[in-house]
This record gives sequence, C-alpha cells and structure tokens, in this order.
Amino acid sequence: MSVWEYANPKRFMDTSARVLPWLAALAALCLITGLIWGFFFTPDDFRQGSTVRIIYLHVPAAMMAINAWVMMLVASLIWLIRRHHVSALAARAAAPVGLTFTLIALITGAFWGQPMWGTWWAWDPRLTSFLILFLFYLGYIALWSAIEDSDAAADLTSVLCMVGSVFALLSRYAVNFWNQGLHQGASLSLDKEENVADVFWVPLLVCIAGFVLLFVTLVLIRTRTEIRARRLQHLLLRERMQ
Amino acid sequence: MIALFLRDLRLAFRAGGGFGLALAFFLLVAVLVPLGVGPKAATLALIAPGILWVGAMLSCLLTLDRLFATDFEDGSLDLLATAPIPMEGVVLAKAAAHWVTTGLPLALLAPVLGILLQLPGPAFGWLTLSLLIGTPALSMIGAFGAALTVGIKRGGLLLSLLVLPLYVPTLIFGAEVVQRAGQGAPLQSPLLLLAGITAGALALLPFAAAMAIRVNLR
Amino acid sequence: MELRVNNLSCARGGVPVLAGVSFAVAAGQALILRGPNGAGKTTLLRTLAGLQPALAGEVSVGADDVALATHADGVKAALTVAENLGFWAAVHGQRDIAPAISAMNLTALQSRPAGQLSAGQRRRLGLARLLVTGRKVWLLDEPTVSLDAASVGLFVQVITTHLANGGLAVIATHIDLGLTAAQTLDLAPFKARLGALP
Repeated sequence: MSVWEYANPKRFMDTSARVLPWLAALAALCLITGLIWGFFFTPDDFRQGSTVRIIYLHVPAAMMAINAWVMMLVASLIWLIRRHHVSALAARAAAPVGLTFTLIALITGAFWGQPMWGTWWAWDPRLTSFLILFLFYLGYIALWSAIEDSDAAADLTSVLCMVGSVFALLSRYAVNFWNQGLHQGASLSLDKEENVADVFWVPLLVCIAGFVLLFVTLVLIRTRTEIRARRLQHLLLRERMQ
Repeated sequence: MIALFLRDLRLAFRAGGGFGLALAFFLLVAVLVPLGVGPKAATLALIAPGILWVGAMLSCLLTLDRLFATDFEDGSLDLLATAPIPMEGVVLAKAAAHWVTTGLPLALLAPVLGILLQLPGPAFGWLTLSLLIGTPALSMIGAFGAALTVGIKRGGLLLSLLVLPLYVPTLIFGAEVVQRAGQGAPLQSPLLLLAGITAGALALLPFAAAMAIRVNLR
Repeated sequence: MELRVNNLSCARGGVPVLAGVSFAVAAGQALILRGPNGAGKTTLLRTLAGLQPALAGEVSVGADDVALATHADGVKAALTVAENLGFWAAVHGQRDIAPAISAMNLTALQSRPAGQLSAGQRRRLGLARLLVTGRKVWLLDEPTVSLDAASVGLFVQVITTHLANGGLAVIATHIDLGLTAAQTLDLAPFKARLGALP
C-alpha cells in the first residue's frame, strides 16, 4: 500500500480517527514523564543551578519550531506537485502550531537568559533567527487568512513557503555573520565532547519525543478540522447550486 | 518588455505617479532620527550605516503595493497575461522600472543624507555602491510580495509583513558593508554576499512572482 | 484558423459555472454569447483567453492567438490616447497605430490624456487596442457598454472588416449588433449542475 492513499480525504479521516487517541495518550505520557522527571528528579547544574531545567521545554520547542516549518515546506511541495488537498490543509494546520512552539522557545529562552546572561533579550544569532522565524510564521498565516479562494490561497502560501525557506536559511547565515553570539552550541550531538551529561540527557530525550508526538497530534486534529471546514464549504456550495 | 519598462517609467514620472515620495520619506527618516537620538556626532556616526539602510529599505517598501495593483485594477494585467511577453518578463520589467524610480535615486541621495547623519568619510562611496548592488534585490523581493498580494483589497500591510522578513539578509549584508567601510575593516565578503543575494533574487524570484500573478488572475 | 471548443467546463472562484460547452467558429465568423447575468459569459471568455485553467474539455486556440477586451480597458489615465495605443502595439510587436486610431474615430483625441476621456471615448480606445494586437481571435466582453449609436456602428464596421480579413470573434453582448456572419449561443443550458462538483 502506498502512502499516497492517505491523500484521499476520506481515508485520511478514517485512519487519523483511529490513530489519534493513541497518539494523544502517548504524547501525554511522554510529556508528563519527561517533564516531571526533568523538573523534580534531576540534580542542579553546578553552574546554572535549577534554571537548567528550562531546557526540558526550551530545547524540544525550539527543535519542533524548525521541524514544523520543514514539514510545511514538504507539504507545500506535495501540494504544488501532486495537488492533494490534504497536503495543503496539513501545511495550513501546522503553521499556528509551529508559531506557538517558536513563541515557547523565545519565552522560555528569555526566562533562562534573565538569570544567566542578566538580560531578557540579547541580539544573539540564535535568538535573532528565531525572532525572524516567528515573523515568517506570522506572514504565512496572515497570507492564508487573507485569501478567500482556498485553492489560490494554497498555491500562494506554498510559493511563499518555498521562497521563505530559502530566505530563512539565508537569514540564519546572515545573522551568524552579523554577530558571533552568546548562545551555547548544540546541546545534543552525538560526536561532541561538550555534551549535556547523561542525567539531563535521558529525560530531555523523553521530552523531545513528547513534543514530537504532541506536534503530530495537534496537526492531525487541526487538519481534520480543516477537512471538515472544506466539506462544509462544499455542502453550502451544493445548496447554492440547487 | 522594453515597452513595458518605458511605460512604467513614464507613468512614474507623470503627475500622480508617486515618483519622489520615496525620496521624501527617506529624507524624513534621516531628519527624524537625529531629532530622536540626539545630536552627538559620535552616536550618529555609529548608527548612520544602519539608519541609512533601514531608511532606504522602508522607502522602497512604501511604493511597492501599487506595483501590480494598478495594473490589476484597470485590467492591464489581464491583457499583459495574454500578450506575447512571458509573465516572468512582465515581472522583471516592472521590477526594473521600480528600481530605476526608487532604488537608484535612493542610492544617489544616500550620501547627502550621510552628511546629515555624520557618516564617517571613507564610507560614503561604499554606501552608494552597497545600495546600488543591494536595492535591485529589494525591488525584486518586493515585486514577489506584491505579486502574492495583488488580488487582496488593502494588501499593503500584509505586503509589508511578507516582504520585511525577506529583506533581512540584504539589510544585514548591506549595512555591514557600510559599517566596515567606516571602520576601515575588510569588506569583500559582505559585499560579495550582498551581490550574491541580488543575483539569486533576480534569477529565481521572477518565476515565483509570475506563478503568483497567474494564480491571482484566475 | 478555427476556434473549436469541445466539452469545456469552467469555474469562477473555485465554483463550477459552466459544463459541457461545445461550439466551433470558423474564420470570418462571429459567435454571439447570450445568457442572463451570472450565466458565465465572462468566465467562458477568460477561460478561452487562457487566463484561467479549464476544469475539463479542450480549446483549439492558444493564448498566443487571442485578443481579449474586458470591462476594464487597461487604459492608463496619465498617458495620452496615442501613448496608450502605442504601448499595446509595442507589446504585440506592431508599429503602426494610425489605422486603429482612425478606425475608432480617435484622431481628434490622439494627444489627449486618457484620464480626460468620457466613458464612451475610453471604451473606443479600449476597442482600438484590439486592432494593434494583430491577433485573429477576438474575445469581447460587453464591448458596446457606454458606446453611443454612432460608435456602435463604427465598432460593427471594425468587426466586419476583421471578419472579412479572416479573423473571428466571440462576443458576449445583449444588444443586436446586426452582424451577418454571426451565430448565437445561449449559455443558460450549460449551467453547471451538482455533478460537476469536483
């Protein structure tokens, strides 16, 4: 069976209805375990004290903020090439979720930055990139809601998503060039010496898994809503044509 | 294509075409900023490159929302879509006309405003050069944004929201060139990156913009 | 040259309005489109012009053969009559605008800015544009709106000449133009039904 069968809205609705409760439960389980473990059962960091625990929200949210955009890019490309409505609607559904994750990453970052760097905000490359990503999400969502005809809106936002992705990468590079920054390097990479210690690592992985599941759950729910809204529109249209 | 370019130039220079508005806005920015931050020459010299680039960028943005909208409203865009010019050519011609009536005069006016803002002496030439290299990208990116929003009533605000994030790389490299020129630091790399963005935007964005216009016409 | 349309369906704003439209217009012939408001005349003309994709069906001519005249004339108020026409002529690779100017009786208005024209004069300018495109297939949407009787006569002459020279025209109009080589197509029977919903 090919993955394209889920491009059929009916099939998508059936399958997603069956999968959703499990996904939601698993997401809740991972998040609750990960966050409780992270917040209450890890030692204080010797330099950062208890503030280090913000990473259990900050790092997964930041990862998913970027991954959500990548998912939107893939969905947009699928829409442009294969014209599957589910794909366009999934991209639309993912945008507000991505926006929220970006906002969470920015806010938790500020809460952590205040005690550690002594400031709520610094024009550090990573922070600046996230702020720019936030603006990209805003523009994308605004364009979706400004256009009435849903196919035209899907086409235009897909083009914006593609062009925006290129410019987001360029901005990331430009911002690095512009300021070398305070932010520490990646917290999670397999080959680095300077990694987070294991005691922090395992609950962090659980949290990341929780955020991924949460993202998938939310996007599925929102896509289902978009599909229903589209059906409703069709029904109204039918009524008008009679 | 040349006919379209010349027509747009002519329209811009005729009464009501709006030529000069962007320049006046740029002048206002350069006058208001010192009034806001105070007259200290050292402070102004420090922020001059950034202010001049941001000012040029905003002035450029100001004239964008009419780029395709007038042609859309009076039906010209429909007729151009059936004309023997490819839509990509229409986009390029109109973006070029926008640059000649906005970016080019902004680049030429900028050194004068540099005096007002106490721009360091060695930076003047580089300011004009960086604007000459960077503003075509601003016009082209703006044309893409205008193409996306052409069917939307009152799309001006949305246009700014879409276009400004796309301006970030150009702004950063452009202002960096002027900044480094003022400090006597090497500036080849930001200059080349600025030129690279312009070249890339001119090569690729006409296709995206043309596609957006075709979608908006259906 | 022949315009042949086979089983065409088209939509406006994502809503199907016409389904199963078929007709053929030979060189030298005109087709008059009739139908109440909202029947899809404009949509059909825009689809024939290639501005919007057809939902289904085929059109035998490409966008390179057609000249469209819609409600909006594409006239720039700040340019003179001659400049407006000259621009469209240049876009279509033509040079001579004099025949078009005299055919639509615009000679006296040539150097007037188009912004000062009356609605009827503006319309005449919009129709004169058809002559400088050099295209064979004319798609006209309510071309006689705001024209007086004399101008309508002038316009009928222009169309007759165009047809005599091997051109063809599809005209959505409510008035009787008195064209000899014209067939009429009523669009009402082609209204899209529920089955046409994608």
